[in-house]
Formats: sequence, structure tokens, C-alpha cells
Amino acid sequence: MKSDGRHIRLLIGLGAAALLLLGRIFTLQIVDEGYKEEAGRNATIYETIYPTRGVIYDRNGVILVGNKVAYDILVNPREVEAFDTVALATVLDVDPEFIRSRLAEYNRRRRTIGFQAVTMIRNLPAETYMRFDEVKYKFPGFRGQVRGIRDYPVNAGGNLLGYVSEVNQAYLDAHPGEYRSGDYAGMTGIEAAREKELRGEKGYHIYLRNSRNQIEQPYKDGAEDKEAVPGHDIVTTIDATLQQYGQELMQNKVGSLVAIEPSTGEILALVSSPGIDVSMLADIGKHWNEISSDPYKPMYNRAVQASYPPGSVFKLVNGLIGLQEGTLRPEMMYSCNHGYSFGAGHKLGCHGHKSPLNMEESIMMSCNAYYCYVLKNILDNRKYGNVAEGLDAWHDYVESFGFGRKLGSDFPAELSGSIPTSKTYNRSYGKGSWNSTTVISLSIGQGEILATPMHLANLCATIANRGYYYIPHIIKASEGVEIEKRFTEKQYTKVDTTQFPKVIKGMWRAVNSGPGMGGTAWIAHVDSLNICGKTGTAQNPRGADNSVFICFAPMDNPKIAVACYVENGGFGATYAAPMASLMVEKYLKGEIKRTTLETRMKEANLMSRVKHD
Amino acid sequence: MIEPHAHKRQSIDWSIIGVYLLLVLIGWLNIYASVHSSEASSLFDWSSRAGKQFVWILTSLGLATIILFVLPPRLWEGICIPFYILVVFLLIVVIFVSNDVKGSHSWFDLGPIRFQPAEISKISTSLLLSFVLSQQNFRLSNIKDFLLAAGVILLPMLIIVAESETGSALVYVGFIFVLYREGFSGWWLGLIGMVIALFIATLTAGPYWSIVGLIAVLIPFCILTGNGAHPWRRILLGTLFVLFIAFLPGILNWTGTLVEEHVDYLNHRIWVPQAHESAGYFWDFLPNVKPLYLLLILSVGATPFLLIRAYRNKDVALAISVGAFLLGVALVFSTDYLFENVLQPHQRSRIEVLLGMKEDLAGVGYNVHQSKIAIGSGGLLGKGFLQGTQTTFGFVPEQTTDFIFCTIGEEWGFVGCLVVIALYTFLIARLILDAESCRDHFTRIYGYCVASCIFMHLFINVGMTVGLMPVIGIPLPLLSYGGSSLWAFTILIFIFLALYRNEKKYF
Repeated sequence: MKSDGRHIRLLIGLGAAALLLLGRIFTLQIVDEGYKEEAGRNATIYETIYPTRGVIYDRNGVILVGNKVAYDILVNPREVEAFDTVALATVLDVDPEFIRSRLAEYNRRRRTIGFQAVTMIRNLPAETYMRFDEVKYKFPGFRGQVRGIRDYPVNAGGNLLGYVSEVNQAYLDAHPGEYRSGDYAGMTGIEAAREKELRGEKGYHIYLRNSRNQIEQPYKDGAEDKEAVPGHDIVTTIDATLQQYGQELMQNKVGSLVAIEPSTGEILALVSSPGIDVSMLADIGKHWNEISSDPYKPMYNRAVQASYPPGSVFKLVNGLIGLQEGTLRPEMMYSCNHGYSFGAGHKLGCHGHKSPLNMEESIMMSCNAYYCYVLKNILDNRKYGNVAEGLDAWHDYVESFGFGRKLGSDFPAELSGSIPTSKTYNRSYGKGSWNSTTVISLSIGQGEILATPMHLANLCATIANRGYYYIPHIIKASEGVEIEKRFTEKQYTKVDTTQFPKVIKGMWRAVNSGPGMGGTAWIAHVDSLNICGKTGTAQNPRGADNSVFICFAPMDNPKIAVACYVENGGFGATYAAPMASLMVEKYLKGEIKRTTLETRMKEANLMSRVKHD
Repeated sequence: MIEPHAHKRQSIDWSIIGVYLLLVLIGWLNIYASVHSSEASSLFDWSSRAGKQFVWILTSLGLATIILFVLPPRLWEGICIPFYILVVFLLIVVIFVSNDVKGSHSWFDLGPIRFQPAEISKISTSLLLSFVLSQQNFRLSNIKDFLLAAGVILLPMLIIVAESETGSALVYVGFIFVLYREGFSGWWLGLIGMVIALFIATLTAGPYWSIVGLIAVLIPFCILTGNGAHPWRRILLGTLFVLFIAFLPGILNWTGTLVEEHVDYLNHRIWVPQAHESAGYFWDFLPNVKPLYLLLILSVGATPFLLIRAYRNKDVALAISVGAFLLGVALVFSTDYLFENVLQPHQRSRIEVLLGMKEDLAGVGYNVHQSKIAIGSGGLLGKGFLQGTQTTFGFVPEQTTDFIFCTIGEEWGFVGCLVVIALYTFLIARLILDAESCRDHFTRIYGYCVASCIFMHLFINVGMTVGLMPVIGIPLPLLSYGGSSLWAFTILIFIFLALYRNEKKYF
């Protein structure tokens, strides 16, 4: 068969096909730059440099939370070759089945993992890691990574500090773009509140791989590298010694101890008991079940979250309101016949003490009846048309002390407690169907009043300052860390500053009158410290009364205000007053003279009294 | 005319042997480059792929020598029928006895060596096809003869499809070039080409551009092959028409913008047509649909006039063009309809990925994407021998076999690709020219068979690595790692050289 030029056409077609291929190759290799960049990404390794997390200091420069080195094992599944699983498991001290299952999982997720490395094991001990480091050449695709984990040199403030853990999906979703899987973030406490300052900025080193898949040299001599920026250190207002001492006092008791520096609002100690030991914080995952199944809820920060009836310490507030309203004058005497009788056979009881007595003495001896008169006179004041308006006026006074609302501290998860208004009683009794005797238990800090130990400490600081407070806070301003302006502004109550010295006198006498004089808190007396305090014994529907005490010292130019609340502790003088005064003694004197009392407090175990749900 | 005696001394085409040796050498070096990082060893280490390939090369050279100098050249024509039957038998047997290798049942496992009868089948099919087509009274126009030739090609092809080696089967499509050379109508060739091109174009570029493309090809075709009185006028008109169609969407877009910017004086804002609510709908709509219908109205109007004209002027090319156009339009619309309404979603997505309409960088698209990165990163001169990063880190799969071209592209750059493709083109062209110069029909047809096989492998394989073709796993002749393939192409080429030498000896 003749060709008829067909072989020429076929040759032209061959040429056209060859040109088509070459044209395409030309586009890929010469025209399009994108593939070179992608190849660059393929051939470089990004090594993440984790920043050092900021250190958390106490007010005196003691490290509360530092950093130490931990070792993770990373796997790049695409680089893994056949290896001796058992040998690797032995080196890493894990079950071979664990390695197999993880690799099987990575294989399932290989499309999402791509060329990334994933963390297989976290927080290896140094000696295990060193063992791995010696033989890692046998296990291509596996490498180690050093990273900092939290270290706690002193056992102080477990609940305050909070913990750091690996971010989960929910956290990633809540902070889009800020974190990547495998990162760590503060989850509670100061770690969470100051996450932005503490975390720092991640950096990376870019390395080029050579054609043998070994890291050969830094990419562009490190010009594109980004160094990690360490996190800012945080200086807290906490006094580590005092915090630790408070924790020791509160051990085996349920309750809180809060100490504030009145002149600044800085929280010196914030103890919630039972709390979390710092040794658990470092590896929270391991202890998680233990913590969450503990019936005493150690994660629950009672100091700012538990709402208690304040008990007799609240008499101070009522007294101040009465003074401000003019319905109470310090020299006014009321008699107390083991309580206050009202209505048909109702009586609000009181303990045995001198009668009649003036305001100072009523504080010193904590007379219930006296404050029934005080409250009744406030509420039934003619200038308010009815008791409802009187109660609302009272409520506004109380709220100006910070009660019934969040104080606005920089501590996360603070709760507000509650102070009743006329609406509260209108709901329960109906409008006009209640009077001042209906709500008479408010006079002694019972009934519908709920406050947190932080509120009580703040009340104490307010009285210590003679009429104003600074919003309590735990972070001090330091380099690179600012605190909000509101923490440095005086917050005045609706009671004039001139009224405060009148109650302080009573508080001084409660502590410093000596035994047998009727002062409720003589046990809190410390020589030369001039502690002023007020006891409280709050009813607890579940068992024994709660023991409450607030105090500040010295009387003039106070340095510390403390609130102590011990669930089921009995009288305020039984546990709360000794412990609060020990805190003051520790803080102001640096050592404890009353060692017998101290030992008795530390050794007291009230856990069996506490009933929980 | 050169004297037969002058041929006698140079009756072996040494240029083909030279190119053969060059390609084999290039393949060997690049296999070494692909594996040297993971199998650190020398070029000659028997345990590495490069070392094994060296052994395959040596044995291939032995085979080549035997075929060229020992075996009688006329043997091949004599044994082609039993050989073909034996290979078909092996093709069927292998389905039942082979192990599953990546889903295909095409390998005989003989201890240390494995071999694929599909590779040998290219030789046996080429030989038998040459034998059938070279018979004295064979006419492709005769339906019986045509069916016989088609059967010789289709039988092994279908068995190979049954082995799930679709890629290898696709190579047999190349025998259509042999049939074309032997008198098979060029129209059929064109028609098949048009159907494939339109099918792909409709799915990737859309119906409008498919039809524009069809017209753009048909009009120059009419102009070049038709018999009209005023060729220059036609060329001018045709060019204007193509330009008009090509710029139609642009023109319509422009008119669209004219009506768009009505200032709403009441509300002091630019009035935007409602269609803009779904971003860019107005813009997408015009180039895709409106010009298409406009074009169709124009075409339907013009078709009767063109047909009358073709009849009057006895212009066959014009008549065929109109026919092809109508067929093409029907195909475009049925493809669209078939694709959108008949195919199941998973079938659709598979085709979309194959045609690159959908990025699937993690799945089917992964290989091609990595392969394109490797080749693209090579640049003009490449990264240098053994310096490639993409091909050696295992980003590119099957780097020594189906994707060997990536290593060339990455390490030797555009220059390397140009050299390799030029060598293949020279080899194929040389085979065609040598075949054409033969008087013996069997030798000529066999030469075309060899050229077609190499061409199909080259085009599909390189096309795949650069993303022009879907991923079809077939080796690059002489370069890819593997004994079966190297042996098969060696035998294929050297049988032709032996036949050619014999031809030049006796004629």
C-alpha cells in the first residue's frame, strides 16, 4: 500500500504531540513560579520553637510558677520506615501495642496529617529521652522535641495559679487562629486570666533537607527564621509565705482565708480549702479523675465562688448604715434579754452578756438584739414611706460595700453573692404582707444575705481604710504587664468616712479587752499588734454553725485585712478568729509566738463534720 | 536512487541503536538518582534498584545481540500466529494465578523475577497485526478484513482490561495509527479524535468553548482543503468570524456593564442589578449561556445555506465540516446531559478529578500534584544530578517506574526534558522513516507498530506526569525501572532492526 503522504501527516502529528508535551513542561518549569515555591515547602522543615512561658512571681520575687524541661516524642508518619516496634517500645518505656495503635491511627488520619509531625508521647522523663536520643537513628520519622512545662517551687496557691494543659478542639474553636493542636494554654486561675501575657510568641527555624532527607543547613542562613518571644513574667500580689501558711492552717477544714492589703487592694493570700496541691497542677491530666471525683470539690474556689451567710460580721455594715442614716448614735443603749422578742412569741436569741449596752459594746460582745433595733430603725425610718423603700435604701448602702455583686477583681470566675431588695420579699410574701420584723434576721447577717469570703475581706479592708476600698486584685503591674485603672481607684461606700472610727473602736475592744471582759475575739489578741476584729457565727443548715472572723491590723495605718470562714467550725472565736489572727501575726511579725494555738489550729480536722451532697 | 550494494554495509540502523543506548543509560542514572537516598549504594549494587536495572540492561543487550545477529529474521513472520495464541493464553492464565499487585492481576511471580505477559503481548500483537495487514489480498475497506485486524488488536486489549491494567490496554489504541497508514480512512481518525477532544473539552471548558473550538478548527479546515473561488476572501471572513466568536463574551460583558450603573438619585447610591446578590452571577451567566444560544441560532440559520453551497460547488470538505459540526453539537449537549443527569455523583467526581476539574490533592490528585511540583521546581537547568529533593523524599510515588520523568524534570530541568523528548521523537520518526523505506510490507507495518507503541507510552506517561493526561500507570519505554518493560521494548525494537537489516540485505 502506497503511503500517499500519510507518513508525513503522522510525522507532523508526532512533532505536534512532542511540542505539546514540551510546551506544557515549559509552562511548568519556566513560566509558573508556583511549583518552585511548593517544592520549597516540601523540602523545608519548620521546627517550631516554643517560647518560654512567663514566670509567675509572688509580691516579694519568690517564684510561684517556673518552667522546667520536658521531652516529647514526635512522629512524621510519612517518614516512618519499617522498624523494630518492640525495640522502640522498650527504649521509650511504653507498650508496643501503644505504638502500633498510634501509628495505625496516624495512618487513618494521614490525609489530614500530611507532612506534619504529630506528638506521640508527651512529658518523657529526661533519662528516657536520653536513651531514645542515642538510638533514634534506627527509627526514621521519630524525633524528640524539648519543651518547657510548668514547675512549682513552692506549694502555694494551687487554686489561684490554675493549670496549663494542651488545648482541645473546643479551645481551638473558641480561639480561632491563635493556637494549633499540640499547643498549651492556661485553663484556669492566673494562667488563664493572663494567658495573653504569659504565653509569648512561637517562633520557628526553617531547615533545608538535602536529597538524603537529612537536615542540611538553615534555610537562607536563618534569614527567614523567627525566634520565639518569651512570655511576660507576671508578678502577683500574693505573699508566698503567707499563702503557704494559710494553706497549712486550713488543711483538713472546709472554707476560705482571704488576706488583703487595705491600702492597695492587693490580695496577699487567697486560700480555698480543700484545694489543689501544686504537684497535681504540673500534670493535671494524670490527676483529673482524682480531682473531679473528690466530694469536697478541690477545683471549686470557695474564696470567690462560695456564697455564705456572713453572720455577725455583717452587724458592722448595719451599724455603719444606722450611723449614716442617723437612726443610730454610738451612745444609744439597748437592752438584751437573751435575745430580741418580736411578734407573738417570736424571739431572736442571743448569748449571755452585759445588758443594756452601747454600740461599741454591741460590736465587742456581738449582741444580736442590739442590731435588731438598729435594722428596725433603719427600715422603719419615717423618711421612707414604707418598709419596702426602707429596705431598698438599705440595699443600696449594702451594695456600695461591694456586697451582692461581683467586686470586679481580676480573678476569673468570681461570683456575686446576693443581697435582698423589696422585690425579693414581695415575691416570697406578697407586696405589703411583710414588715421589718419579717426580715429581722438580716440584722445579724442571716436570712437572704449571701456573700463570698472575698466580700468579707473587702468589707474588712473598707473598714480598715475608714470608708473606701480598692477592688481586690492578684496581679501587680510590672514590665509589659498593665493592670486596669479601676484597681488603683478608691471605691467609696455610701457611708461617710467619719462614721467608721466609731465601729473600729468596738472591733478593737472585741479583740483587745482581755479574757472575761465579754469581748468575743479575745483569742485573736496579739501583743502590740492592735488587731481589730469581729466574729461571726453563721447558721449552717447542714450541721454545725460556720465559724467566721474578719480582722485588720494595726488599728492605725492597717497593713492587712483578713477574712476567715470555716464551714461547720462553730463559734467565730473557735477557729476563724485564731486562724485569721495567726495570719496577721505571721504577716506582721514574721514569726508565731502563740505556737500552742498554731499547732491546735493546724491539727484540727473538721472534715468529718462537713456534710456534702 | 542509492545502489543496493551501498546499503549492504550499513544495513543496521546504528542511529536507532545509539538512541536506544542513550535512553537506557539516562534511565539507569535517573533510577539511581531516585533511590540513592533511601537505598544508599552504588550504581552496581545488585540489591538496589539501580543495580538490578543494570542487570536488566545487560541482559537486554544480550537479547538484542541474539535477535540482531543469531536468530533468522524471517523466523518472526513464521511464528507470529502460535506466538500470539501463546501470549493470549498467558494473558488469561495470569488472571487466575497471579497475586494482587495494587489491584491488578497481571504479574507472573516466578520466585525472584516477576514478569507481565501484557508487555510481551505488545510484541505478539504487533507481529500478528503486521502479518495480517501484509497479506496479498488484504483490504481494510473490506469489512471482513477490517474486523479481522480489529479483532487482533481488541482481543489482548480486552483481556488486559480484565486484568485491571487499563493503562496498558490504552496503548493498543495506538495501533489505529498503523491502520491509518495502511489505508484506514483519515476521517475516522479525525472523528475519533474529535469525539475524545469534545468530550474532554465539554467537561472542562464547558459547552460554549467546545463549540467555539469546534468552529475554530473546522473553518480553517474548510479553507485549507475546500475548493472555493476566492481563497483569500474566505480566509479573511473565516478569521473575522473566529475572532467575533472568541470575543463575543467580552462584548456581551461590556454591554452588560453599560446597563448596570444606573445611579439611583433618590437614594444616592449606585443601582446594582438584583442578580448581583449571588456574587458574580450576572457575569457568569453571559459567557456561558447567552452566547451559546446566540451561536446556535446563527449556526442553525447558516447550516442550510452552507449545505446548498457545498452541493453546488461539490465542496466535500464543507459538507463534511457541516456534518462534523452538527455531530459535535449533538455530542457536546449529550455529554453535558449524560454527565449532569445520568452519571452517579461518585462516577462524576472520579471523572472530574481525572480531568483536573476538581482539586483532590490528597487522593487521586496527589500523585499528579507532587509530580508537577517536582518537574516544575526543576527550572531551566535543573537542580543537578542527585540533587533533587522532591523525587527522592518519596513525595512523588512510583518514582523509579511510572514517574521516572519527574526525576529528569527536577534534576535536569527543561533542558533535560527537551533532550529526552527529542531523543524519543527522533527514535519514533526514525522508525517511521525506516519503515517507510522498506519494500517488504511486513517489515514496514511492524515498524509502524513499534513506533505507535513507543509513541503511546511516551505521550501517556509524560502527559500524566505533567498533568495533561489522567494518571494511567504505564512505564516510560527504556527509562522506567523494570525488567519486563525493558526486555519487551528491547525485543520490540530489535526485531524491527533485524527485519530492516534483512530487508536491506536482500532487496
